[in-house]
Amino acid sequence: MKGSRPVMTSEAALGRSPGKGFLLQVSARVAAALGAFWRKAPELRHRLDYQAGLLAGFALLTTLLLGLGDLATRHAIEARLDEDMTSSLRQVLPSEVYDNDPLRDTVTIPDTLGDTGQAETRIHIARKAGRVSAVAFKTIAPDGYAGPITLIVGIDRNGTLLGVRVVAHTETPGLGDKIELGKSNWILSFAGKSRDKPGAARFKVKKDGGDFDQFAGATITPRKVVKAVWNALGFFERHQAEWLGAGEVAHGSGRPAGAVE
Amino acid sequence: MTGDKFKMVREGLWDNNVIFVQNLALCPLLAVTGSATNGLGMGLATTAVLIASNALVSGTRRLVPGEIRIPVFVLLIASVVTLVDMVMNAWLHEMYKVLGLFIPLIVTNCAILGRAESFAFRQPVRSSLLDGLMMGLGFTFGLVLLGAVREAVGAGTLFANARLLLGEGFRGLEMTLIEPYRGFLIMALPPGGFLVLGFLIAGKRIVDRRLAVRPAVEAAVAERA
Repeated sequence: MKGSRPVMTSEAALGRSPGKGFLLQVSARVAAALGAFWRKAPELRHRLDYQAGLLAGFALLTTLLLGLGDLATRHAIEARLDEDMTSSLRQVLPSEVYDNDPLRDTVTIPDTLGDTGQAETRIHIARKAGRVSAVAFKTIAPDGYAGPITLIVGIDRNGTLLGVRVVAHTETPGLGDKIELGKSNWILSFAGKSRDKPGAARFKVKKDGGDFDQFAGATITPRKVVKAVWNALGFFERHQAEWLGAGEVAHGSGRPAGAVE
Repeated sequence: MTGDKFKMVREGLWDNNVIFVQNLALCPLLAVTGSATNGLGMGLATTAVLIASNALVSGTRRLVPGEIRIPVFVLLIASVVTLVDMVMNAWLHEMYKVLGLFIPLIVTNCAILGRAESFAFRQPVRSSLLDGLMMGLGFTFGLVLLGAVREAVGAGTLFANARLLLGEGFRGLEMTLIEPYRGFLIMALPPGGFLVLGFLIAGKRIVDRRLAVRPAVEAAVAERA
């Protein structure tokens, strides 16, 4: 092909000084090739190699498009997800217990016992003057009435619940969705509870002899949420030493970091 | 030409409405129309996909032989839907949290493949754009109507949470029709969607019959006189 010459020379030029001229020439040639392709397409369209090539070309183009879309939106999506997490954290960690940024101050704990419904649980640590005051993490009740229920729990360093909120669920509107704060205050009844208070026997819905209300017409949803919170507290106890020790500033109180009070 | 355009507008919005006449896309229809706002969000997202996919299919139809048109449509539609999904996640995040699950499902909305196949693949880009817009708006109209009825009967509100979709300025659109209202659960569930859809289709048939009878009656009256 004679036409390939200008590219050769500009490639040579590129070695010395990469310039706009080269890019312009290349794009002009690509445009010309596409134009020729466009004109010849009707004659070629019944050839098998044309069809295969065209499909490949479309796949390539759409992939390129998606890549660009991802580049353009990735940053914004991450920012939105961070905002979501921050607002969830604010709901379960009272602002007076921390002066750090729990969104960034995290440890990830692998645990295969499944108490949080995840293989790896990311723990957000709240610190006041360097001392761990509370933690918050997501926990999933895998067995909700209509699917998994994602919760976020905030627990202070003594193992007392600061708050629980529902992050995502697919429970029945009008019945099971009373676990949302927007629909009912039920979820607030967890604050102040711990494994010892009221204890395993009463950390259940009333129908099962416990302290927590169920909803008229929906027992399974609150039962599973209560169970998931109980499991989350168990997870907290098992791993307490790992994050209370993490980056703990020694206070010289003589008490070993991570001691259970 | 203007007559053609008028006909396309009428086809999309009424005569060949995706929901009420073609009875397509019932899956997203029943899933998201628990409220008018969700219907509007889903409708607008689908309209965006329809316009873009119609334009792309029409614009490349010279290159695409009939034998491989379906895989090409699927590629184009899937890419457009994925882009809409990413854009909504990034910039319409509150709405995305409500509709998120259903946005990728627009891919399976047969109305979109249907318009690509039956219209955009045979028509110039400009007509295809108009067709996509009108079919999309007709779909949106159906979704909003269905959502509004289900929301009003099921929860006693109208356009609840509209500000999440349209911005704070539209808070005034949110209405509580009946207060206090205990709710009518079945309307919020898929069976309610089927029930309301049935009544709406019946209602449209009645309107169409009235419209068809009137000119005939007028003609008969004119003849007698």
